[in-house]
Amino acid sequence: MEDSPATNFQDLKSTQTQNYLHDTIQVPDDLQANVMVTTLDKVYNWSRTSSMWPLLFGLACCAIEMIATAASRFDLARFGMEVMRPSPRQSDLMIVSGTVTKKMVPAIVRIYNQMAEPRYVLALGACATGGGPFKEGYNVVSGIDTYIPVDVYVPGCPPTPEALIYGLLKLHKKVERQSIAKVSWYKKNTSEFIPIPVLGPDVFDPRQVEMIREYTLGAGAVRGPAAAEVRVLPQLLTADQKAHLEQVRARYLAKVKQPA
Amino acid sequence: MFGTGLLKGLGITLKHALDTFADDRKHVPSRYQDSVKGGNGRRVIEQPITQEGLLTIQYPEERRLLPERFRYIPMLIWDTQANEDKCTACGICAKVCPPQCIWIVRDMDANGKPVARPAEFYIDAAVCMSCSFCVEFCPFDAIKMNHDFELAVYDRYPQLVYDKAELTVPVEYYAALWPTQWAAEEEAKRQKEAEDKAKAEAKAKADAEKAAKAASAAAAKPAPAAVEAKASAPGEAVASNGGVVVASADGGATDEAAAKKARLDELKRKAAETAKKRKDGGA
Amino acid sequence: MTELVAEAPVVEQTADAAYPYNNVVPGAVIGRWAEGSDPALVVAPDKLIALLTHLRDQESYDFLSSVTCVDYSAYAGKARAGIKERFDTVYHLYSTQKGGGHINLHVRVPEGDSVPSATSVYPGANLQECEVYDLYGIKFEGHPNLRRVLLWEGFNGYPMRKDWKEAYFEEENKPFKNRHPAEGYFWHEDKLPWGSNSTYPEGWDPESWQTPISYVPVSQAPEGLGYDSEKSNVGAVGELDTQSIVVNLGPHHPSTHGVFRMLARIEGETVLALEPEMGYLHRNHEKIGERNTWLMNMPFTDRLDYINSMSNNLGYALAIEKLANIEVPERANYIRIIMAELTRVVNHMWSIGFILNDLGALQTPALYAIEEREMILDLFEAVSGSRLMCNYMRFGGVVRDLPAGWLEKAKYMVDTRLPNVLDELDRLITGNEIMMARGRGVGYLSAKDLIALSVSGPMIRAAGVPYDIRKAQPYCIYDRFDFDIPTLPESDIFARYYIRLLEARESVKILKQALRDIPGGEFLSTRDKYTFRPTEGEAYVRVEAPKGELGFYVVSDNKANPYRYHVRAPSFINLNALGPMSVGYKIADAVVVLGAIDIVLGEVDR
Repeated sequence: MEDSPATNFQDLKSTQTQNYLHDTIQVPDDLQANVMVTTLDKVYNWSRTSSMWPLLFGLACCAIEMIATAASRFDLARFGMEVMRPSPRQSDLMIVSGTVTKKMVPAIVRIYNQMAEPRYVLALGACATGGGPFKEGYNVVSGIDTYIPVDVYVPGCPPTPEALIYGLLKLHKKVERQSIAKVSWYKKNTSEFIPIPVLGPDVFDPRQVEMIREYTLGAGAVRGPAAAEVRVLPQLLTADQKAHLEQVRARYLAKVKQPA
Repeated sequence: MFGTGLLKGLGITLKHALDTFADDRKHVPSRYQDSVKGGNGRRVIEQPITQEGLLTIQYPEERRLLPERFRYIPMLIWDTQANEDKCTACGICAKVCPPQCIWIVRDMDANGKPVARPAEFYIDAAVCMSCSFCVEFCPFDAIKMNHDFELAVYDRYPQLVYDKAELTVPVEYYAALWPTQWAAEEEAKRQKEAEDKAKAEAKAKADAEKAAKAASAAAAKPAPAAVEAKASAPGEAVASNGGVVVASADGGATDEAAAKKARLDELKRKAAETAKKRKDGGA
Repeated sequence: MTELVAEAPVVEQTADAAYPYNNVVPGAVIGRWAEGSDPALVVAPDKLIALLTHLRDQESYDFLSSVTCVDYSAYAGKARAGIKERFDTVYHLYSTQKGGGHINLHVRVPEGDSVPSATSVYPGANLQECEVYDLYGIKFEGHPNLRRVLLWEGFNGYPMRKDWKEAYFEEENKPFKNRHPAEGYFWHEDKLPWGSNSTYPEGWDPESWQTPISYVPVSQAPEGLGYDSEKSNVGAVGELDTQSIVVNLGPHHPSTHGVFRMLARIEGETVLALEPEMGYLHRNHEKIGERNTWLMNMPFTDRLDYINSMSNNLGYALAIEKLANIEVPERANYIRIIMAELTRVVNHMWSIGFILNDLGALQTPALYAIEEREMILDLFEAVSGSRLMCNYMRFGGVVRDLPAGWLEKAKYMVDTRLPNVLDELDRLITGNEIMMARGRGVGYLSAKDLIALSVSGPMIRAAGVPYDIRKAQPYCIYDRFDFDIPTLPESDIFARYYIRLLEARESVKILKQALRDIPGGEFLSTRDKYTFRPTEGEAYVRVEAPKGELGFYVVSDNKANPYRYHVRAPSFINLNALGPMSVGYKIADAVVVLGAIDIVLGEVDR
């Protein structure tokens, strides 16, 4: 067994996990002199990384691998993560494990909004990362980062439990770089509320209403490739409604045309 | 009697706990001694099927021995002997790919004529479904499945759009990862060469003129001396290609990422222009 | 099946006494096609209910397996050239008493017309007709609650229609041309200004948009359906002066096994009615499947029931082999059965563990139950390269031979490890007070009702019906193995748990024989080209997946892509019984009832 693939694999290509095994916490440059804060940071971040409770939240195939990661063989308890909280209020980490569909995305954004800071998001698998093999589907969101900020992406379809743990270590690394003096969540009104997507004729982000309106109501505007052929007006607008919409549109256009 | 079922269940869990404890004691001080395969300080665990229960794999300190057929994301093979890509940019992998996540741009020579070599090769890891159809249908053994799963990154774009430099690995790397299959492929290749040779010899016997032609064809192949000369380079090629793979997955090389982003942006801009042109022309 | 292609028009639209059943239901059958192994009858819409009633009551075709629809507006083949109507609703009926093959009925519908709903004869048509309505826009008259199940009220259009294009639409068929580009390439996100996968109708104003009220009616369960007044305690509630309220569980809820939603009307804690709401994982398997080439669908089937990718592979491979008449070598058949049965063991262990989770015995039983699963997944990984998404089977065999030393490992697993583990699970769970107290007599539904609701798999075997496709209509080489179909009469949660344990033991029995007898030789009859084109025709093939009857309905028009690709998902159709089974029990029991149905959302929503 000397020639087992693993041995040569290791010789040919050292993996990056080595760094995580022996690396110390990085201290931001401007805090190098401030010993107390750095020590505090170490304790603060150590306690956070050692008890990062994930949200019990499975979407699709990757959730099975997430359960396998939490089970006996890979044992997330080694990282203080065995407590999966079903309630977003009690969890620090949302593992978006699987395909995000349009019907589900309002719920996901709502759950994210309910999580207390500091909160982290890990996109597990190709689907949560960028839509995955189902990307072209009509009910599939191409990556959860379209709606909520993601901290770590784990590609793979599905990622093996080891790949998920590697992603978690990567997240720990990110957490360890944060400093208690600088983090945003102890300041006032810093937790961002993300507007919840709405299920219309298709899902839409309330933040993009102006832009969408410009395309659906503007004359000669560029539309999606498929829009022209098959989508029809759901109802005819009255002249008053049309005039009103034109006014709104003109106001919007005047606004966007102003120099920044 | 009420409670017996509960007691029985608790007994089983207790037995599990004691068994695990006893099993661990057996291997003190070095846990899983029988399974250790070594390699770069990280122990590789392969649980024998005869061992009861399930061993916890303490990743990242230890890792599971991956089977040879393990597949994650594809890789491109660099032929270190010939010092060139095995890929000929035929595009079959892009055709068979179920989510259509492979893009290939064929290379051109100085005169603008296409040559059998990819100029660009992209795989979008945020779409790839690890089905290994590309490997199955590649006629040149140029694309294989990588075992590297430690690919998590902080940014999806452009880190997870793997380009040619990131995908390319030397053939030795593939041989180490897939030893059985590599040996089978080599054997098939040798057999084919032997057959070709036998054919050529038969032809030579039959026809002296054709034998001369065959000889010239053989000369057209790289002479041993030429191979030798190129063989000095492979070490370098291995280093450079292998190095890029490591750096890209690290996600820390911001300059490279920025350069790549600029390159991709340029391509996207071009694509948008063509799309617009096509659209205007169509309308 | 190769003789399917006939000169057009195949169907003479006349009611003829020569067609079967016209002597009993005059004028019902107006044509036939696809002579041969899959005879299909064309039925007049107004006579459909009468014919179905006759078939159910007189011919004992009591099991409505599949209801689906085909949009023929873009069909390129010759066989259906005579069809004037755009849509064709397709019914497949089986008999749980006689076993054997199916009766296939087609009802032609012009655009805008409606079809009589089969729910009055087969209540199991409920969810399937909703799905057809949701994706094709065909109305079923007389359906009690026709609604959009997979998408949402207000969604624009009916996406499975051939002229409906999604936002990321590139080309009709794969492979797409611009993947080997001379002119650069693009990311889908750049195609639309808002950078996401959505399109909006022209003239639509997002600011004035009001989401239509998607009222999911929560009412009493229908009379005589799943509500057995003797076994239920719903009457006791009437004595208290309480008011019923609607409780919503999900889509994010720890008990729903994924993204699934239940709307329960409860009085006190007693469930008066319960309505499943799904679609939160609807990832357009069929729409994407009709764009893929035939082979490309294979890895997508892995992601249907993602605990049992091997069974899904098997079902799809068998469907295409039937369609294209492909032979499978002996060794491949054995390998397939070994994989399918290992999968069944994995699934049943998983399901048993998580029933206990739902009962409140958190984690320990589930962890013990899925321990051995890891070792089986290692076997899968060694064979196919992936733990979950095996993508192992091909048309005409399996993709790679077993690696060296695999059989010995599998034998040890089957001979020694699995029996031990199953015995241990039996000891741990079967006599357990929690299991007995909460499992016995809960979630009862009679065998007759279950069959009427199109429920299949372990669920009906736990109600005493010895119906298993492996015996009733053997596929692969199941007829060579010696195994039993375990049944239990109780039809409650406990029986549904215990039947899975018994089935896993039977699987071990099959595995032992298969591993003993496996011959050498070829493992793949034809190395398919990726441009594989089966002849024109249609096929419906079902296999006994661990969760129930998994069917694949495929229609080919002799192109590289399926014209229609439909999956009859057992998890989805078994959910028909969720409401009736929960009525009369406590809301906490509804969670276990769901757990005992054993659904996987990838398959429910597809």
